[in-house]
Amino acid sequence: MSEYNMQILICGGTGCKASESEEIRNAFTELLNEYGLEEEVQVVMTGCFGFCEKGPIVKMMPDNTFYVHVTPADTEEIIKEHIVKGRQVERLLYRDPVTKTVIHDSKHMDFYKKQIRIALRNCGFIDPESIDEYIARDGYQALGTCLTERTPEQVIDEIKRSGLRGRGGGGFPTGLKWEITAKVPGDQKYVVCNADEGDPGAFMDRSILEGDPHSVIEAMAINGYCTGATKGLVYIRAEYPLAIARLKIALRQAREYGLLGTDILGSGFDFDIEIRYGAGAFVCGEETALIHSMEGCRGEPTFKPPFPSESGFLGKPTNVNNVETYANIPVIINKGADWFCTIGSEKSKGTKVFALAGKINNVGLIEVPMGTTLREVIYDIGGGIRGGKKFKAVQTGGPSGGLLTTEFLDTPIDYDNLTAAGSMMGSGGMIVMDEDDCMVAIAKFYLGFTVEESCGKCAPCRIGNKRLYEILERITEGKGTMEDIDRLQLLGNVIKDASLCGLGQTSPNPVLSSLKHFRNEYLAHVRDQSCPAGQCKALVKYTVIEDKCTGCTLCFRNCPVGAITGEKREVHFIDQSLCIKCGVCFDKCKFGAILVS
Amino acid sequence: MPKIKLSDTAVETIREVCKTFGNKEGELINVLHQVQEKLGYLPAEVQEMIAQELNMSVAKVYGVVTFYSYFTMIPKGEFPISICMGTACYVRGAEQVLSEFRRQLKVEVGQTTPDGKFSLSCLRCVGACGLAPVIMVGEKVYGRVSPQQVKQIIAEYQEGCSSQSAKTA
Repeated sequence: MSEYNMQILICGGTGCKASESEEIRNAFTELLNEYGLEEEVQVVMTGCFGFCEKGPIVKMMPDNTFYVHVTPADTEEIIKEHIVKGRQVERLLYRDPVTKTVIHDSKHMDFYKKQIRIALRNCGFIDPESIDEYIARDGYQALGTCLTERTPEQVIDEIKRSGLRGRGGGGFPTGLKWEITAKVPGDQKYVVCNADEGDPGAFMDRSILEGDPHSVIEAMAINGYCTGATKGLVYIRAEYPLAIARLKIALRQAREYGLLGTDILGSGFDFDIEIRYGAGAFVCGEETALIHSMEGCRGEPTFKPPFPSESGFLGKPTNVNNVETYANIPVIINKGADWFCTIGSEKSKGTKVFALAGKINNVGLIEVPMGTTLREVIYDIGGGIRGGKKFKAVQTGGPSGGLLTTEFLDTPIDYDNLTAAGSMMGSGGMIVMDEDDCMVAIAKFYLGFTVEESCGKCAPCRIGNKRLYEILERITEGKGTMEDIDRLQLLGNVIKDASLCGLGQTSPNPVLSSLKHFRNEYLAHVRDQSCPAGQCKALVKYTVIEDKCTGCTLCFRNCPVGAITGEKREVHFIDQSLCIKCGVCFDKCKFGAILVS
Repeated sequence: MPKIKLSDTAVETIREVCKTFGNKEGELINVLHQVQEKLGYLPAEVQEMIAQELNMSVAKVYGVVTFYSYFTMIPKGEFPISICMGTACYVRGAEQVLSEFRRQLKVEVGQTTPDGKFSLSCLRCVGACGLAPVIMVGEKVYGRVSPQQVKQIIAEYQEGCSSQSAKTA
């Protein structure tokens, strides 16, 4: 391909792009020309490196030097020192947060050590806008093998043997799904890629499409070959402009190379892919709702059976898989099911991508083997809790999942263990919470989401969740009763049992699991009219501790509503009628003179 | 049919968009995406017109428009402000940032300031969770926003307003 001696890889994911990675790329390109190095050093804008916390990230190849928090102003120093003189720019290197020592390359960072990257194999390595780079890393080899050397049955058998399960959250065996769709007779069949990532705080699918769109295209074509479908559809959120743009480029390139279209690789197999846009509805992640949305209707789920594999898009047999599931397929074909089976736990094979976020030091995108424990994820990879606070819980599975507390820290993560622990795998959102988070408020937050996103079709979800939300509202305002707590439990279980689709059946999970693990917090809100975490504003009062106040005026100057009065070197006073309880005075005070009660 | 009060250019735009999608009912969502992109929002008159063009009931169009959060029936401000309310942003204080915007702009979520400059909305997840809490003004992303910064962010656009609109005009 190229004769470059060195590569500068710049993260071009949404997060890093928001912090000037585009400007950094431009600066590098200009400077390389200026120094006459453009023939020797290649600048590549890649997909997400995963380590979003330290973005924008610049990685130097071949030595894996990992520069963090890079700004456009740093580019000249990197070229002068690193490229010209061969010396690393030490101030930009990542420092181990515990030992404070400088880490010279990404291979020695704790963040990456425990990760195995299968679905994310190309994210952060290749230019997602170049099909050649994908091909150089064995891209489209799996499609070639399938079309020229194997029958659809053999391919399906390989996927079945690999034990791959749906990564969108359901965990249904992928090979079996393909087999069912393949066996249903139909003149026209469809394969669909579900890229409607609605879980707030999760960005796995987006990152794959932004960083390695060809892997999804290749897998969809293989899926088409196996099931007898000639048309693929990607249902993607309109809120993901970058992913859409890169997917469009990838589709165009694949067509140009004859990897999509008619008679692919001379095999007689026809396949092409279209993009369909979502319009912001969480429920459209459910496959029947997604199909209705693609047909131009309201995204309301319908009863299964019939399953989409029998009657899906326009009434035709349709195979729906999630982005991450697809991203695994080419690797399984290339390396074989036996290899894939060596990774993961007994019942869950392979890896899982998680979007690690919340009160954790290393926010980012990670991929770990199934069976890794929560402790490893949170402390070894995630670097522990921010600001040295105490871990309280982690929510997996987004608004459909539940809270996992300290007692589950050593539980190996896989589909079955998480379900048994009262949560679920979900699509891979993992939100870490610390001692400052009020579990009642978190439950209310998730329920507020569900209430808004309920499609309104069936009564338990539409009305029941609204009532649950109102009860939680009362409790967080200090107006709850003991009966309310019992009502939450009863109503939650009814909604779970009586709702039609996955959204309704799982919507009370955050409430039920917080009730189970943090009942004391609910009791404190109701009985003692207090919020132990100090989050529920109606129950919190900020006052000045007279003995401790030095009259430094810091709180006075920072109060956004002018509720604090007091002269310099005199005790200050908070006017409760003006106070909006934002907590700024508490955060700013250096003398611990603000009392939260 | 009720009388349609749309400008001739708007009528033409809608007709064209519907035509590119073959005036097919099944393409409704694609049509709505494009029309909203061109006109900014989807008021009742626009929906009536689309229903007519695609030969379907207005009720069905309205049902779809109101179902999806991406479609809006209210015009957005010159500088639309969106607060990310994804869980990652929420646990890092997005709610406080939102209430500060509400207080400063004196509008509620989903509304536009009377001068048409700012509109306030919540969105689910920008996907820049490493920068939480995140807000967007138009296409620009602001990361690690604190309530104290809100005033300054608004001021940035209030001052730059005249020059900005001059540029786009």
